Amino acid sequence: MIEMLCGALLLLGSVFILLSAVGILRMPDLYTRMSATTKASTLGIGLVLLGTILYWRDFGIASRAVAIIVFLFLTAPVAAHVIGRAAYLGKVPLWEKTKIDELGGPEEDRRET
Amino acid sequence: MSFMEWSVQISVIVIGLSILIIFLRLVLGPSIEDRIVALDLLSANAIAFIAVYSIQKNTTTFLDVGIILALLAFLGTVAFAFYLGRRGKR
Repeated sequence: MIEMLCGALLLLGSVFILLSAVGILRMPDLYTRMSATTKASTLGIGLVLLGTILYWRDFGIASRAVAIIVFLFLTAPVAAHVIGRAAYLGKVPLWEKTKIDELGGPEEDRRET
Repeated sequence: MSFMEWSVQISVIVIGLSILIIFLRLVLGPSIEDRIVALDLLSANAIAFIAVYSIQKNTTTFLDVGIILALLAFLGTVAFAFYLGRRGKR
């Protein structure tokens, strides 16, 4: 029974990782790509490591895997924020169908993208 | 072949396929920030690959590599972003 749960967690996690890879290939600009990859890959790695914990059922392995999960959940938003800020300040173009540019000020003096 | 072995094989194949797709974006990427995001995602996928590989080979040694890889990926991304910000200022 617990083997079935472990295998299902591994499969679900790898499907989420594949979704993040498809997202980074198919999304139209940098910001939507970051939105797809950060969330989906963090969830996928968390599920795969949960499956690893359930497979070994050992305290040392579980503590290492939980350390990786906590570290990823803490650092993935920070890294995405830092890269997004550097990209916006470096004038990486937004997608042409972007509706709201909250850093761009009011409608008339929004910068050309 | 039990369900566990089957799912481990499928997971290895799927994660390897997604590493190939991310590598395509790393080669194509129009701006340098796209390449940095792709590198970050590659190291994240390497962590998941290490976890599945440790189940497949029945050894637990490789999970330590995952901790170091998570640390190095974060530090590398922050350092790249810092130098991109400096480049914009000059």
